[in-house]
Order: sequence, then C-alpha cells, then structure tokens
Amino acid sequence: MSPSILVWLLVIPFVGGFASWQSERYSRFIPRWIALFTQLTVLGMSLWLWFAGDFTLAAPASTPSFALEYKAEWIPSFGISFHLGLDGLSMLLIVLTNLLGVMAIGCSWKEIDRYVGFFHLNLLWNLAGVVGVFLALDLFLFFFFWEMMLVPMYFLIALWGHNIPGGKGRIYAATKFFIFTQFSGLIMLLSILALVFFHHQSAGAWSFGYADLMATARSLPPETAWWLMLGFFLAFAVKMPLVPFHTWLPDAHGQAPTAGSVDLAGILLKTAAYGMLRFALPFFPEAMQGIAPIAMGLAALSVVYAAVVAFSQTDVKRLIAYSSISHMGFVVLGIFAGTEQALQGVVVQMIAHGLSAAALFILCGEIYERLHTRDLRQMGGLWARFPYLPPIMLFFSAASLGLPGLGNFVGEFLILLGSFTVAPLFTIICASGLILAAVYSLILVQKAFHGAPRDDGHKGHYDDLTRRELSMMALLMVLLLGLGLYPQPVLDASAAAMNTVEHIYNQPHAAAALGEAIP
Amino acid sequence: MTLQQLAALMPLILLTITTVGVMLHIAWARQYHVIGAVTILGMNLALLSLPILWLVNEGQPVEVTPLLVLDGYALFYSGLILAAALGVLTLCGAYFESYEGNREELYLLLLMSTLGAVVMAMSRHFAGFFIGLELMSLPLYAMVAYPAKDSRALEGGIKYLILSAGASAFLLFGMALLFAETGALGFADVGSKLALGRSPLLLTGAAMIIVGVAFKLSAVPFHLWTSDVYEASPAPVAAFLATVSKIAVFAGTYRLFLNIGVFHHSATAEALSVVAIASMVIGNVLALQQDNVKRILAYSSIAQFGYLLVALVAVGERATEAAGIFLLTYVVTTIGVFGVIALVSSPMKERDVEHIEQFRGLFWKRPYLSSIMTAMLLSLAGIPLTAGFIGKFYIIALGVEQRLWWLMGAVILGSAIGLYYYLRVLIMMFQPIPTRDRVSEPLNWIQNAGGAMLVAAMVVMLVLGVYPEPFLDIIRQATPLLR
Repeated sequence: MSPSILVWLLVIPFVGGFASWQSERYSRFIPRWIALFTQLTVLGMSLWLWFAGDFTLAAPASTPSFALEYKAEWIPSFGISFHLGLDGLSMLLIVLTNLLGVMAIGCSWKEIDRYVGFFHLNLLWNLAGVVGVFLALDLFLFFFFWEMMLVPMYFLIALWGHNIPGGKGRIYAATKFFIFTQFSGLIMLLSILALVFFHHQSAGAWSFGYADLMATARSLPPETAWWLMLGFFLAFAVKMPLVPFHTWLPDAHGQAPTAGSVDLAGILLKTAAYGMLRFALPFFPEAMQGIAPIAMGLAALSVVYAAVVAFSQTDVKRLIAYSSISHMGFVVLGIFAGTEQALQGVVVQMIAHGLSAAALFILCGEIYERLHTRDLRQMGGLWARFPYLPPIMLFFSAASLGLPGLGNFVGEFLILLGSFTVAPLFTIICASGLILAAVYSLILVQKAFHGAPRDDGHKGHYDDLTRRELSMMALLMVLLLGLGLYPQPVLDASAAAMNTVEHIYNQPHAAAALGEAIP
Repeated sequence: MTLQQLAALMPLILLTITTVGVMLHIAWARQYHVIGAVTILGMNLALLSLPILWLVNEGQPVEVTPLLVLDGYALFYSGLILAAALGVLTLCGAYFESYEGNREELYLLLLMSTLGAVVMAMSRHFAGFFIGLELMSLPLYAMVAYPAKDSRALEGGIKYLILSAGASAFLLFGMALLFAETGALGFADVGSKLALGRSPLLLTGAAMIIVGVAFKLSAVPFHLWTSDVYEASPAPVAAFLATVSKIAVFAGTYRLFLNIGVFHHSATAEALSVVAIASMVIGNVLALQQDNVKRILAYSSIAQFGYLLVALVAVGERATEAAGIFLLTYVVTTIGVFGVIALVSSPMKERDVEHIEQFRGLFWKRPYLSSIMTAMLLSLAGIPLTAGFIGKFYIIALGVEQRLWWLMGAVILGSAIGLYYYLRVLIMMFQPIPTRDRVSEPLNWIQNAGGAMLVAAMVVMLVLGVYPEPFLDIIRQATPLLR
C-alpha cells in the first residue's frame, strides 16, 4: 500500500469542494452530486485502508508506531515537514468522519437551497481539515489543520444556520464558536512552540516532528511539563467540551444547519479526544497523571451537569447538544483512567456517539423541515402522524441512553468498567449519568411523540421520511446495532494503538505520580 | 566617492530622476496616463536595481557617506517599500481615474514620499533618519488632503500635519539629547559610546525617541490620530499610510535599536513592552465598536504593529527575521484589503465605500473581489493557509523563545478579540441580498491593472501562507545582521 494514499485522502475533498463550488453556475444539482461522489470516494478509500491495512502491533512500545507514514519537506528551516501517519485509532476516526460526511451531504439535499455549491465547498473542506487533524504527525501541520477546520465550520453556521426565535442569532453563535476554539488553539500553539524551543536547546536542531518532540517533552522537568501540558489540555477541553468551557456548543448547535450539527457533534468533538490520545497523553504522561483527578472531576461534572441541563431544554437540538457534552464526559473519564478497557471503551464510545448524535441531529432536521419548529412545547402526538420517524427517533434515543445491544452501551460499559479500578468515586458519579440519560432521552420522546396532538392546522399526516432519509437512517441503525452486538472488529483495529497509549500512561512513572489514589 | 558608492545610490538616483521628470512633465503638459506610466516605470527600475546591487556587491554592505549604508537589510526593506508603493500606485490609477481635479500631482507626492521612505531604510545616522522621515512625511500631509474640496480630507490632513510635526519635534529633541550625551549621531557611534555608561539625560532622550517613533507607528497611547486620518484619506492614500510609511519608520527604528542595544537599559525594553501590550489590547478593543471599515482597519493596524513591536523589544538575532517576515505578510495583506476598498470606491462620491453596511452581500455581486477581501481579512486575523498566520507564527515563536510571556498573552488575547471584528466585516459580505444581480460592474483597463495587482497580492499571500520557505530564504540571506 503506497503511503501517498494519505495525501489523496486530503487532496480529493479539496478538489471536489472546489469543483462543487464552481459547478454551481451550471445547475443546482451538479454540486450535490459532485460532493456526494467525492465523499463516497474518500469513504471507499478509508474503508479500503481498514481492510487492507495491518493495524496490529507486536508488543506495546513506549512510542506509537504507524501502519502507514508519508513524509515530505515543507518548511525545512524550521524543521517543519508534511508528515502524515495512520494507525488504528486514526483510521477508525477517518472512516467515521467520511461516513458522517456522506450523511451530512445526504441530509442537506433538500435543506440547503441557497448557494449550494459554496455550501458543499465549506462542508468538504471542513471534512478534509478534520481528516488532516487525524493524520498529522507534525505539530505544525496538526495546528494548521486544527485551525483550518474552523473557517468552513464558521461559514456553515453563519451562512446556512437558523435564527431561532429567542436565540442570539447564527452569526453570534458562529463567532462565539470561532473565538473560543481559536483562543484555546493559540494557547496550544504557545505550548507547541515552547516544546520546539526546548527541543532546539537540547538537540540543537529545529523540529516539529512527533517523535522528536515527544522525546523532548518526556525529558522536561516536571513543572515545565505541567505548564506545557496545560496548553494542550485547555485547547482540547474547550473543543471536547468539558463543562466550564462548554458554552459555545449549545449555541453553535442551536443555530447550525443539520449538516453542520452532524459535523460538529459527530466529528469535530472527536478531534479533541483524539488530540488527547495522540498528543497530550504520550507527550506528558506524568503531568497528565497529575491533572487526572481534576480532569476526571470535570468529566464527572460534565456528565451530570449537562444531563440535568439537557432535561430542561425545550429546543430539541439544544437538548441533544447538551447530551453530547454529557457523553463526551465519559470519553474524558476513560482517557484519564488510562486502563486498556477504558481506552478501548473511549474508542467505541466516540464512534457510537458519533453515529447516534449524527442520527438524532438528522432526525431533528427532518422534524424541522416538516413542522418548522424545534420547540418541544409545540410538538406532541406526532407518533400518530408519521409512520416511520417516531420509532426511528426512539431507536436512537435508546442508543443514546445506553441500551444494551447498541454501540453506546458497549462504550460506556467499557469505560466505566475500566475506570472503576482507578477512580471509583468519579466512576460512580458518571454512572449516574446513565440514569439521567434515560430521563432526558425518554422525556424527549415523550414530549415530542406522545400526548395530545397539537391543533396546528395539519389535521392529517405529515409527509414521512423519503427513501433517501430512510436509507440513511437504516444504515446508521445497522451500524449501531453491529457495534453493539459485535464490536470486535473495531476493538481489534484500535487495540494496538490503545495498548501503546495505556503503556505510556501507566508504565514509566505510575508509581511515582500516583502517590495518592484518585478518589 | 567611489564608483561603487555612486552605483549603490542607484535606487535613490532613479527615484529622484523620475521625480524631477514627472515635475517637469506636469509643468509642460498634464497627461495623466503618461505621467502614471513614467512613475511606474521609474519605480520599477528602482526596484529592479535592488537585486542587481545585491549581486554586484555580493551581499557586502556598501557605506555611502556617514549617512547611508546599503546592506541586505536596506535592500530588503527598500524592496518592500517600493513594492508597496507600486501597489498603491496601481490603486491610485484606478481610484483617481474619474477624479475631476488635478490628478497628476498625486504621483509626484507619492514619488517623493517613497524616496523619503527608501532613505529611511538605508539610514545609519540620525541625520539620514530624520531627513528621510521628513521627506516621507511632508508629501503625505498633502496626499491625505488631496481631494482638497472635501472638508473631511482637509481636516484629516491638517490633523495629521500638526500631530505629526509634534512627534517629529519629540524625535528631534530626543536625538539632540543623545547627541549632547554622546557627541555622536551615527547609530554605531552612539551605540558604542552608550555601552560605556548612561545618565538620566540619556533616558530622557530615549523616552522622547520612543514617543516620536510610537506616534509614527501609531502605537497606543500615541494612536489617536490614526482612525481619523485613515477615515479621511482616500483609500489608496490610507493604504500608503498603513504600509510604506510604517515600514520605513520601523525599518529605520529597528536598525537604530539594533545598533544601540535598546539603549542598554531595561526600562526602555519595559516601556516598549507596555506600549506593545497596550497597542494589541486597546487597538483591538477599540476596533470592536466601529462601523466604518477604514476605521476598523486603522485600529487593526494599531494592533498589528503592537504584535510587531515584540520584535523591537526582543531585538537581535531572530527578531530581524521575524520582523521581516511579519512586515512582508502585513504589507501584502494590507495592500489587498485597501485595494478592494479602493476598487469599489470612487473619489467623486461623498465618501468611499467604507461603512460596513455597504459591504452587505458584496460576495453575491462581485465574487472575486470579495473572495480576495475574505482571504485578506482571514490573513489579518492570522488563520492558517494565509500569510498572516506565518507572520504571527514567527512573532509568537520569537516571544516564546525570548520568554516574553506577558507579551505573548497579549498577542493571544488580541488575536481572539480581533477575530470578532474581522469576522464581522467578513460575514457581512456573505449576507444574502434580496435581488441576486450577479453582474459585476464593468472594469476598464486601469481597473483591470488594479485588479491584476490585487490578484497578484492574493497569490503572493497564499504562497506565503502555504509555502513560505523561499521568502524565508530571501529574508535570511538579506539580513545577515541576525546571524
């Protein structure tokens, strides 16, 4: 397998997006088809990578190794190279990204009718940026992609978003999203640059390379390492988002178009978890151990607080947005627990949450297209009016609350199981999130679909899901079921990568750092 | 004077000949297009002479009189100044095409001002510095007030004249104090004498020089003129103010500071840091409340020079390189932004297209111009893929290396605040408009020249953002001071 396929994974969406934009002048349909075709191509390529690639590793090593690497000089005077690498973790997330990319294009087929080509340009470039984040092995390149995915996302929210009544408007939400992530990203850039200079001091050469900087980071004095780790941690905590830094997310989701929400919840949030697993943890294992009690505390807070807030939302999309925060809390808990089970759970949870949240947001978009409202108080009794939509919504709500047999259950169960030995108290608090999830998920179904139908002039039935929508939902349902019943292929693919992370996190300094146990 | 020294003066001589030629031609006949062509030709020749000089002198500095020196640093900044001036020139061509007054003198003023700017970049002596500064500033007053029937422009010109004269006086007094203390006016002499010891008088002089320079660079708290003058001047002149005059002042000042080691006193570095932090924070905060795009850009340039002052604080090896790359990216971007404003405006209207509401939906009417504007605004905000990111990256790298954590905090805070108003202008261009008339206004050939310049700026900007290595090489070779 030629490593240049990794470059194609980035180039094709870029070119496709551009072609889609330019084709707008001929027809409204060509841009959609070009975008869909592009996205299907990269999805096919990433699936092929999964099946053809070998992601097993002989023994857990102290430095991650990659199944496929591509490297080219970029800015040699600063030691910056165009260095991409693929291992099991990044491969899974790339497959998820490209799959949800196809979904995002599918769900905006009808919803987007203004400036179609420009919309797909932004969508595809955003997806390419995310894939770049998952592939980058040079910290400059990583930061580059990290920032690059913001601009298209900003446009998606600001131009095609909704101005929901009572909200502050889509431009406000988009700008808030941009400023939050950019600010935290710049702090991360400070950390990266500081690492580079430390590397220059010790090795005498400039480098932004992953392996070089990892070696430097691990040899730093603990206090310095702690400060640098904080820069990374903040950037990822904002993006994740952990509770005190989360306020941008509900706003962004509230105003974003459906495709934007799918993108945000399904993919963008995962970049933060990926960043922790790929960079923060291997670079600063000791410092991350040190901050683990605080991070896990914040994770527990996120799980419970976001679940409680979700319960009181009246806007369906905001409800699901808060539920995302709650679910991402589990991911943080698992990452900082750092046992093999927990880390494997994190991977499954990321994928399952990506699928279920994306499906819920698509369903929200479909309800909105038909009812022209997302206010739960104006719904009710919809079960009788649609034959297909309500049961599908129930399915994904059940997935989101962690029903056994579906993917989310596997993820959450593994995380809780793996974390209990490390931090019993926080794990117990987080476990209560499962109950709260049941409450808000069911209240969503109850308020929207049951009770007396509103008298809103639509006496009869609404148009139900079209074949396009049904087939998208069916695919997501099958995948969630598959993940719930037989998660082994996913676990196998990520095992080697997660073993390495676990090894790094717990091996070298565990005894020293864990002087006192985490409650 | 040897032949080599005479040859080294070639850029200045070419510019002077062009100036005199244009002056005589105006006296003879007012042929707008011919005069424009002669000016452009003269500037291009001067620009071309720079790399030739570099090759002929094999990168070695040539000292011409005690006042001037032609080294790689001077050549680089002269090139930057001339390129920026050429950019402004093409914009002037498009902008003043329909102007009904006398248009030709603008070229004359622009040439003289550019000449002064080049002198500043080459000066290594307080006298050369001051001559260059005044030669650059005096035509600028007239350029700001060029549409003399417009009371706003007149007001702006006079405001700039008075305040700028005050700043020059400060600068001159500071130089006099330094002279009283050291008995020398050459940068290097002053530096070597200062290294021996220092006195309170010297600090006073240093403070006055910083005040004068900070005014010219429109750093907080000496920024009050900036927004008014930018708003009052025609868009191309504002571009000239924001690029050429600031590069020249910075280049001259940086050489001064490098030679005298920031006055060998920690208080000066601290004062500069305070000015830099204030510029970043206050410049960005003040821009938040503006509705006039030119005023926003004025405050944005205050903030941008706040970032650049980091290089002045950390003067030395890497700072020279960082300042060079930052100014390069800044010039390309600023010319681009003002260029778009100039191309959509006309001097015969009451005002330029400058209110933020006038940009509503511009993308759907003039997609290419708006795309350029979008990219330029993102570059000012420092988003990757654009030149602005590379510039900011260098500044942050420099700050981290020198451990200037307070300054770095301000850079990050300023960037986050700045995003708000850049995005505000940016998204305004993409707002849906009721009637979708995609027909662009017809472009005549001069506007096409302006357009071509903008496209070139856009290309350079993107190349700088994506593959900056060649530019870095040029800067590194041209400024061996840093090594």
